[in-house]
Amino acid sequence: MDFLVQIINGLGLGSIYALVALGYSMVYGIIQLINFAHGDIIMVGGYAVFVAMVQLGLPLWVAVILSIAVCTLLGVIIERLAYHRLLVKNAPRLSLLITAIGVSIFLQNLFQLGFSSSAQSMPVMFPSKVITLGSIQLSFSTVLNILTSVAMMILLVIIVNKSKMGKAMRATSEDAGAAKLMGINTNSTIAFTFAIGSALAAVGAVLYCNTFHQITPYMGGMLGLKAFVAAVLGGIGNIPGAMLGGYILGVAESLTIAAGGSQISDAVVFGILILVLLVKPAGLLGKNVQEKV
Amino acid sequence: MKKRLLAALMVCVLAALPLAGCQSGGEGSTGDEIVIGGLAPLTGSVSVYGIATNNGVQMAFDEINAAGGVLGKQIKYVYEDEKGDATEATNAYRKLVDRDKVVAIIGDVTSKPAAAVAQASVADNIPIVTATATALNVTEAGKNVFRVCFTDPEQGEIMANYAQKLGKKTAAVIYDTSDDYSKGLRDSFKATAAELGITVVADEGFAKGAVDFRPQLTNIKAKNPEVLFVPTYYEQAALIAVQAKEIGLSTQIVGADGWDGVIGKVDKSNLDAVNGAYYCSQYTAESTDERVQAFIKNYKEKFGEEPNQFSVLGYDAAYMMAEAIKNAGSTEKQAIIDALTVLEYNGLTGQMHFDENRNVVKEAIIIRIDNGAYKFVENFSKE
Repeated sequence: MDFLVQIINGLGLGSIYALVALGYSMVYGIIQLINFAHGDIIMVGGYAVFVAMVQLGLPLWVAVILSIAVCTLLGVIIERLAYHRLLVKNAPRLSLLITAIGVSIFLQNLFQLGFSSSAQSMPVMFPSKVITLGSIQLSFSTVLNILTSVAMMILLVIIVNKSKMGKAMRATSEDAGAAKLMGINTNSTIAFTFAIGSALAAVGAVLYCNTFHQITPYMGGMLGLKAFVAAVLGGIGNIPGAMLGGYILGVAESLTIAAGGSQISDAVVFGILILVLLVKPAGLLGKNVQEKV
Repeated sequence: MKKRLLAALMVCVLAALPLAGCQSGGEGSTGDEIVIGGLAPLTGSVSVYGIATNNGVQMAFDEINAAGGVLGKQIKYVYEDEKGDATEATNAYRKLVDRDKVVAIIGDVTSKPAAAVAQASVADNIPIVTATATALNVTEAGKNVFRVCFTDPEQGEIMANYAQKLGKKTAAVIYDTSDDYSKGLRDSFKATAAELGITVVADEGFAKGAVDFRPQLTNIKAKNPEVLFVPTYYEQAALIAVQAKEIGLSTQIVGADGWDGVIGKVDKSNLDAVNGAYYCSQYTAESTDERVQAFIKNYKEKFGEEPNQFSVLGYDAAYMMAEAIKNAGSTEKQAIIDALTVLEYNGLTGQMHFDENRNVVKEAIIIRIDNGAYKFVENFSKE
């Protein structure tokens, strides 16, 4: 029975990785940029919830909406200020990558300056009841994480596959030049992608706050890295892939720790990535795209 | 032009000379003052501890001087900032001994530099009292190094004994595998628990910087222990306590002095997660001892902030050194060391003496968290 609980715990943790991984995956899919600042957007989302709930005393739903709004706006601003010119000028991908790392460090230091480097504690957000299913007991936050992440994925798949904007996103990601020739406004499509990715990060931030109750300016670092690994593991650019990668990572981490391997849990996580990439270089659900010469 | 430059340089050097003379003006104990050295990290990542400790020491010596000093002489406290670094600390130690000719030293504050200084001091046979370095090896260096705080293993022993006093038969531990403090407490807790007949049913580690403790806590919950020992610092303690509550693990939690400050890291809505937890400490602002209350008042007036355990230990260490010099009746190094060895002193952290390993023997203070406040429970000593 414990084994089952550990797996569900892992899925709860993996849900947060998955939500963050979606943002990495979408941005990479459309402009081939590993947006290293994405982890820090979650951090900003966490602080937005903190300011709204603890400092301003606003109710939860306002805090959640505010956090999503702040992150969405921040994602678009970062794209406009930091990446847009590089994209328009067709700068090497390396310049974009370095810029992303710069944005990440900037955000971390900014929040350290504003809120100090010590951890801030978060209040109880959702009823923190213990859920009993037969003989297993789960924390409410774990169940909430899993349900929210699945709902978000379904919503995202619908947007990408059914909406007009989703069609534009798919076209831009396949061939930005051709999409432009077909009359698609690729600039606003890219901005929209950043907005959606950041909004998902905000949802991840809310779940993170509710699960761990502590935020620091550095929380985005390792979280972002693991989410990126999840995106690559599942096949970067692929939405269900990012989710699958997140869940696998969370469960692997949880089971390794439960088996007494807390020191090697990160090694196991990254080891899985190496193994999968050796067998399937495009990731679990990624498609092998032949480069046309 | 060159000549003029040289002249200007000479003037500068000449002007600086008397200043330099002033700075190194200590003549050890031959003048009308006794020079005692201090080592503490006043800048850098552990400066919080260094400044608090140094303030406590400074305050004690100021009080002693105001009351007439020791052996009819005033104490001159010369301290160096070692930035929390072992190499800097050793250099600073040499400066204190060679230039300032100190007769004794209070320091160092954190374990690693303290061990380095202790090692270096053996050849000089300088009496050293460290107020706050907890690692076992600090006082193992030589017979001249004393300590007024508990060692890491000691706190584990104390809490195992206290668990027994609470009538607990089974225990679980969750600790940081990468941290010496946490690991030291866990090792001694397990060993002592075994001696006392408490079965340790779960022993779970976590890696540095971990935020998710559900896997470990789920394992612990399955073993249903009567007490959970959490030897970590307060930020992790807060995370662990809240997650334990969330997965429905409602066992008695006990911690150690790293728990001081935990209430500030738990939001009001989650305080029930830490309520009822016990931890050991060496100082409480709740103390009814009027000397402690006077200390708190004076400290706040002098430094504009609340004293903490570090300031109190620094204060006690300084007083014990002065007391030893008084008892020795001289500032001769071996005489001070001999006096420290047999010293009995009643300080802010209790009645103290040093054991054969020059570690302090005193009672611990047990604190319980009640309705979101630290409550003094009792003085407690093992055995």
